[in-house]
Amino acid sequence: MESLMGQITEATLDKESVPSSDSPARLAERLAAVEQKLADLEERLPEDRVSIVVFSGDLDKVLAAFIIATGAAALGQQVSMFFTFWGLNAVRRKKVTEGKPFFEKLMALMSPADTRDLPLSQMNFFGIGAKMLRAMMQRKQINSLEELIGLARELGVRLVACEMSRDVMGIKDEELIEGLELGGVATFLGDALKSRVTLFV
Amino acid sequence: MTTINFDKVLDARGLSCPLPIVKARQEIASLQPGQVLKVLATDRGSVKDFQGWAKTAKNILLVGQTTEMIDGKEVYVHYVQKVG
Repeated sequence: MESLMGQITEATLDKESVPSSDSPARLAERLAAVEQKLADLEERLPEDRVSIVVFSGDLDKVLAAFIIATGAAALGQQVSMFFTFWGLNAVRRKKVTEGKPFFEKLMALMSPADTRDLPLSQMNFFGIGAKMLRAMMQRKQINSLEELIGLARELGVRLVACEMSRDVMGIKDEELIEGLELGGVATFLGDALKSRVTLFV
Repeated sequence: MTTINFDKVLDARGLSCPLPIVKARQEIASLQPGQVLKVLATDRGSVKDFQGWAKTAKNILLVGQTTEMIDGKEVYVHYVQKVG
C-alpha cells in the first residue's frame, strides 16, 4: 500500500514537472502562438452593427424593419438594410413599364410603385386595410413609413438594393429611390458577419 | 425626491417609438461632456427604452427617471448625461 502511494505521488509530481522542463525558447514560442490566436479572435469580434434583410414588401413588416433600424442607429449602432425581392417595393418611387418584356411589364403593373401603395401582410382587403392602419397611426401620432425612411437616411443607415433581384424583377434604376447602394450577397454578409444583430424581415 | 440639475430640455411629448430616443440622441450631440439633457415623453415604452439606450451606449449615463403629471397627463421624465 505504501509503495503504491509512493508511486502515485511520483507520477503526479512527474506530470506537474512537464511544463517547467520547457526551455525559455519553447515558452516564447508557445506565447507567440497564443498571441497570434488572440489577435485572430479579436479580428473576428462582432462590431456594434445591425444588419437587416428586408425581403417583404408589406407595409407592416417594412415599418417594423425601419423602426428597428432607426432605433438601432439612435443607439449608436451602424445599421445596414438590404432590400431584396418584394422588399425592393419599399424603396421604389415610380413605375416604369415602357420597353420592358411582357413578364417584367406585368410585374411592374402588379407591384406597388410607391411606399404609399404597400399592402398589409394581413387584412389588406385590396388596400383598405393599409389605409386604415395609416389612419390609425396618424391618429396616434406615430411616424409614417415615409418619415421613418427619411429619418433612417438622416441617421446614416446604409440602404442596399439587391442587384440580382432587381434584375430578375426588371426594376429599372430610375424606379428606385436615389442614394441607394447596389450590392449582392457578399455585401450583406460582409456587414452581417460583423454584426451583433441580424434580422430577416 | 432629489432634484436633478439639467442643461437642456427636450420635449418629446406626443412622439412615439423610436422618436424619443432618436431625438434625444440628436439633442445630446450638441451637449458638452458632463451636461445633462432632460427629456419629457408620453410614450410609456420610453422608460425601458432609455434604460436600454444607457446600457448600450458608452457615452451616455441615465442619471434619473421620474413621472410627472403635466396638464393632466402622465409624463415620463428622463435625465441623460453625456459622458466622455
